[in-house]
Amino acid sequence: MSIFSFARVKAVLLKEFVQMRRDRTTFAMMIGVPIMQLILFGFAINSDPRHLPAALMDRDQSVFSRSVTHAAENSTFIDFTHHPATEMEAERLIREGEVSFIFIIPENFGRNLARGENPQVLLVADATDPSASSGAVNSMKQIVAEGLRRDLSGSLGALAQAPPPVDVVIHKRYNPAGITQYNIIPGLLGIIIAMTMTMITAVAITREKERGTMENLLAMPIKPLEMMIGKISPYVIIGYVQTVVVLIAAEFAFEIPMAGSHLTLFAAVTLYIIVNLLIGFFFSSIAQTQMQALQMTFFLLLPQILLSGFLFPFLGMPRWAQYIGEALPATHFMRLMRGVMLKGADAADLFASFWPLGAIMLVVGTMAMIRYKTTLD
Amino acid sequence: MSDHEIIIDVKGLTKKYGEKTVVDDFDLQVPKGTVYGFLGPNGSGKTTTIRMVCGLLLPNEGSGTALGYDVVKESAEIKKRVGYMTQKFSLWEDLTIRENLEFVARMYQVENREEKVGEALDDLGLSARSHQLAGSLSGGWKQRLALAACMLHDPALLLLDEPTAGVDPKARREFWDTIHILADRGVTILVSTHYMDEAIQCDYIAYIAYGRKLIDAPSAELVDQVGIHTWRVEGKGLKALSRKLEKIEGVGDIARFGTALHITGTDKEKLRSSLEPYFDDPLLEWQERRPGLEEAFIHLMTGSEDNFQ
Repeated sequence: MSIFSFARVKAVLLKEFVQMRRDRTTFAMMIGVPIMQLILFGFAINSDPRHLPAALMDRDQSVFSRSVTHAAENSTFIDFTHHPATEMEAERLIREGEVSFIFIIPENFGRNLARGENPQVLLVADATDPSASSGAVNSMKQIVAEGLRRDLSGSLGALAQAPPPVDVVIHKRYNPAGITQYNIIPGLLGIIIAMTMTMITAVAITREKERGTMENLLAMPIKPLEMMIGKISPYVIIGYVQTVVVLIAAEFAFEIPMAGSHLTLFAAVTLYIIVNLLIGFFFSSIAQTQMQALQMTFFLLLPQILLSGFLFPFLGMPRWAQYIGEALPATHFMRLMRGVMLKGADAADLFASFWPLGAIMLVVGTMAMIRYKTTLD
Repeated sequence: MSDHEIIIDVKGLTKKYGEKTVVDDFDLQVPKGTVYGFLGPNGSGKTTTIRMVCGLLLPNEGSGTALGYDVVKESAEIKKRVGYMTQKFSLWEDLTIRENLEFVARMYQVENREEKVGEALDDLGLSARSHQLAGSLSGGWKQRLALAACMLHDPALLLLDEPTAGVDPKARREFWDTIHILADRGVTILVSTHYMDEAIQCDYIAYIAYGRKLIDAPSAELVDQVGIHTWRVEGKGLKALSRKLEKIEGVGDIARFGTALHITGTDKEKLRSSLEPYFDDPLLEWQERRPGLEEAFIHLMTGSEDNFQ
């Protein structure tokens, strides 16, 4: 008798192959996750974002101001997507996250330039995410000077010599020191909630199925909505505990400012917790085993981390990735958290991020109710 | 309510999973206050039928009522009034005995919950252990707890799916005593079992095999309806005898019961004449006897195998 039997190794190996073939979900995950990662990391994520949306207020409308704006756009760092009429409108755009920059060219810019009075242009940058804004912030002075060089020839040739004829004033909003934690910590709460809340309810129904207690539950006169509310409610409290822990850490360990109202934050957190619990409940109603439910949770978590603007600038991603991102609850929660904590945005400013979360909640809740079966069929 | 009220009245119930028909054209009428036994081998469709009656499974075909409510459209009403004990223990093992009972009582909106749960614990004799986890109970105790749980809301109809599987004989006897007490109070009970001694205690018996009901009769009349005759033989050399008899015409089934063989056939005269040559064997002791349920079911089973396989 041999000590090491290849026959027994083969027996185990064959059994594993058979079982792997039966467990379609796991097999799909093993293939699906790498493909998803390849696509997300390869095509969607961009840590050096270009073409960030900007609001342009050109109050000069001269040859020179147009040269400056063309130069700014040609740099590919920013695209002038908005042309607000008033400063208030421009402020709203940046606070709501519609644009990452405001570029203001004052009146008489061209005249003052021609007179050699060294006029100023203003670049206001949303610095909540330092990595997103740094490209434009660091190079705008040079871009403007380069853009004017061709115009400053002939009689104005002297101005083209150093020092630069224009002063680019840069205002870094919300996170002037460019501290990464300011951006990461509020967003991290979104990832923590997405991971734990979805996971905990994802196993809620499948655990009953696996333990055989589901049959007993289904034999009882309980309605699907009662079951759903009863199943998710306890975890809302857990979600609040997580939130408090993160907020205390944010305040004392990372000294992140809290510019907005706690009430708005509370509303955002509550909505987001419920959305994630419902997603978990939905997974639970379609998965057969706890393992499957957890795999689905993981499968959703990956884009929530990568496409939500948590780690990488949302506006730096290609269009298609932004569309996917818009469908993810984490994306809207990131905006809400950064809006409230860093920008001091109020509920009205943040409506654009509140309503998608509400819509996702309704859709997922309805799907869960449709999928939840009151029979064993 | 009249005594002749029909509590379960279903017709043509059929359940298919893909190509496989698990329950086929099943009719059942259960009068109020009776104990109705479901017998049949594993996989014969007993559980599926019970689940269709209480609305846990939707039949592909057929219709009917339980407690006067439509089994397809009004399962919510049925669920409120039925106590269903699953084959596998399906209470929560990580809850205590009391927590389990309280949860069930809340689900059925039982009035005087505290009192009811207390009574149930006293009846079970588990008051002192009520804070023990249900998962730590032995099989017999789990079964008793499960019965107590499905009785909390005073259901008018009890559906018990192999309630005594894996339970010791003493606990089984006590369990059946409880069943009879409940039936006397007017509770209707549908119970599936593998045990003949339990089947005989039912008022009616339905024998199911391969998804079909082979016979359905009051338990006292069932054997006569099957129409079989039995001889019992004791003595030496029974194995050899059994092998010889197997091939003889007129002999249906041969089954061993302890130290004896029971030989069954459908034609009384033919069976007698087939066995007669062996009556003189001094080592064997022959006796004609009234066939029992067991012979009847073995006969039904062999017959149904021929039909369905």
